[in-house]
Amino acid sequence: MTVVGLTGDEAIAYAVKQSKVDIVAAYPITPQTIIVERFSKYVADGEVHTGYICVESEHSALSASIGASLTGARVFTATASQGLALMHEMLYIASGLRCPIVMGVANRALSAPINIHGDHSDMMGSRDSGWVQIYAENAQEAYDWTIMAFKLAEDKDVQLPIAVNLDGFIISHCMEGVDVLEDEATEKFLQSRIPQFTIGPEKPITVGALCFTDYYFEFKRQQVEAIQNVPVVLDRVGKEYQGITSRNYSALETFRMEDAQAAIICLGSTAGTAREVARKLRAEGKKVGVIKLWLYRPFPTEEISAALRHAKALAVLDRAISFGAPYGALCSDVISVLHTLKESPKIFNIIYGLGGRDIQPSDIELVFNEALETAKTGIVKEKTMYLGVRE
Amino acid sequence: MTSNEKPGWKSLPVGAVLPEAGSSVKYKTGDWRAFRPLVDKGKCVNCLLCWIYCPDSSIIRKEKWVEVSYEHCKGCGICAHECPTDAIKMVEEKK
Amino acid sequence: MVTLKELSEKELFASGHRLCAGCGEGTINRMTLKALRGPTIIVAATGCSEVATTIYPYTSWQVPWVHVAFENAAAVASGIVEAFKAMARRGAWNKQVDVIAMAGDGGTYDIGLQALSGALERGHDFLYICYDNEAYMNTGIQRSGATPHGAETTTSPAGTVIPGKPEWKKDLIGICVAHGIEYVSTASPAYWNDYISKVRKGIEVNGPAVIDVLSPCPLGWRHDSAQSIELVRLAVETRYFPIYEFERGKYKLNLNISKPKPVEEFLKAQGRFSHLFKPTYRKDVIDEIQQNVDANWNRILKLCTQN
Repeated sequence: MTVVGLTGDEAIAYAVKQSKVDIVAAYPITPQTIIVERFSKYVADGEVHTGYICVESEHSALSASIGASLTGARVFTATASQGLALMHEMLYIASGLRCPIVMGVANRALSAPINIHGDHSDMMGSRDSGWVQIYAENAQEAYDWTIMAFKLAEDKDVQLPIAVNLDGFIISHCMEGVDVLEDEATEKFLQSRIPQFTIGPEKPITVGALCFTDYYFEFKRQQVEAIQNVPVVLDRVGKEYQGITSRNYSALETFRMEDAQAAIICLGSTAGTAREVARKLRAEGKKVGVIKLWLYRPFPTEEISAALRHAKALAVLDRAISFGAPYGALCSDVISVLHTLKESPKIFNIIYGLGGRDIQPSDIELVFNEALETAKTGIVKEKTMYLGVRE
Repeated sequence: MTSNEKPGWKSLPVGAVLPEAGSSVKYKTGDWRAFRPLVDKGKCVNCLLCWIYCPDSSIIRKEKWVEVSYEHCKGCGICAHECPTDAIKMVEEKK
Repeated sequence: MVTLKELSEKELFASGHRLCAGCGEGTINRMTLKALRGPTIIVAATGCSEVATTIYPYTSWQVPWVHVAFENAAAVASGIVEAFKAMARRGAWNKQVDVIAMAGDGGTYDIGLQALSGALERGHDFLYICYDNEAYMNTGIQRSGATPHGAETTTSPAGTVIPGKPEWKKDLIGICVAHGIEYVSTASPAYWNDYISKVRKGIEVNGPAVIDVLSPCPLGWRHDSAQSIELVRLAVETRYFPIYEFERGKYKLNLNISKPKPVEEFLKAQGRFSHLFKPTYRKDVIDEIQQNVDANWNRILKLCTQN
């Protein structure tokens, strides 16, 4: 194994290179630009066989990707924020046409106001699109998940597109030592894609037919089945990947949850900060823990219920606002899971980090202390806290 | 067909893919007609203009003349209108 | 040039589709598929043809066919073309396959223009056919950038103050030529030999090619279904829709109409222009249209003789 200094974006580009992708069709947008720039260099230097299409918009990026994917090719694209929003209709089409496209999303705030920094509003705005959604905490995870995503997406029991999310600038532009696989090991792990159907000329099929009221519902139900197959397939893919990397991936990762009274659940890079703070508080004798979700869609219901077995209070960190909703997206999902349990922790929602607003260890410590207080008293002082906003 | 008779999501091909090319022939658009074309074989010179212009692939090429396939012909009248020898007449579809 | 008898009898476009009786797109689809040289993939934009020919569980297509969305036929085609090339590079593919994108004037002139422009600029090897019925017909006859001046559509109605569409038809050929591609042309299905030859030529071009083919619409243009072909012949005979091509930097007039019929004959035959005749004979608008037809013809003539 080799350790290379790579930013999150660079790590993804490297993973795509090793994954023997046939087509990359992408449009640059901050903070995803390094992915496409780095990959262009691989193409220009003849290091990949990939057809790189410099499309004229994100909508065309995903359109071209869908066309390519339907031929049976392995396809990757990447975007962020406004770009993801621009391709919104195509997201639903990609999943509806069962294209196993992998897309890197360098999560960035949605306008307006225009902001180029990291938060989750972009992907949260597309969470119902039928894509499998994974959140990476750091560049290592972005690299690993991108490779695993191809295998997961192309599995005959899944056949769905996958978004690998990484926090814009925080991870996308932050350099780490990334443990990378050998090219041969990646090739052996992934193998070539075996498409379940193709619009190639051998057998003329029709793809994208009009389904009236009498058929549409059935195909959407098929998609539900497919996305619900993900945990089983991920288990298999994760174990196989662990065999070649010693890194263990699944739906979520917990830190000291076995006996945690107060916990934080979050997505992305904040989990790293939360873990460090939890370590410090544990040394002070406070029973805290962290749940980091890797898999957001499908939502890992059972794993979350299991992780929260003993917790008395839970702070759900949302790095996006769901305007008009009672809670942020992640919090709403967690509450839906917990309401069927006989005993569930008291929950409150923390909206934080919007527009790339930094979240400090001291902020996390505040959250843990609130949660510990709630664990003790059973009282939630504030259902939703906007952490870090100036009043 | 009621929706109960149609296949369910478990048996339908994934992604609404249609694996059978040209299956629309099973849908008989012939009953759209109000008028039907009649070919006078004596006048037909087999120029094939009706054949190339027909939007519904409903003119059949025979060795010396053309025939109409009434299963799908919608009675648009293009063949009769374009025929250079007046060999095709549109007559009212009998009830 | 071929004879009708030489054209393949095999119908790659099957009956049983639900296009209107007399729809030009039915004829155009059949003619297009007679021009293929080998394995071909059709990429369709949302529109009449797409919707009426692939109502689940039926499809009229006997070639691989894919529809993704409305405005992106050219982008989808780009992805398909490059995917086969990439798969060939890694040894997983070794056959010639042609890609033809087919979209209406809606999915081309307006919402599809960006994707078309990008694909032309990037130079992908595909043929793009715009079946031009001069309005968004599938959604109920709304105006497009291809709708002619004075035509009635539901969003450019003939009202008491405004007599139909005020704007003029966009010059798609000029836009495509400006991208520096090898082949652009217009066509009319009334001239089947010209159209089929052009489709074949477009397929054989190594790079992007665009054909704008006029497509009669009995419902939207408001005429008897039997007159579909006659009308797109009259469109040419009045110089309303000149048939010309741009090939490797040179313009060529394919059909010289030396004795044009007055455009009024073309307008009179269609309900979408009926407000120019009744209740008031709108000589002002008809003259305007005739002048525009003349100016456009002269412009094209000049381009063709400039070589």
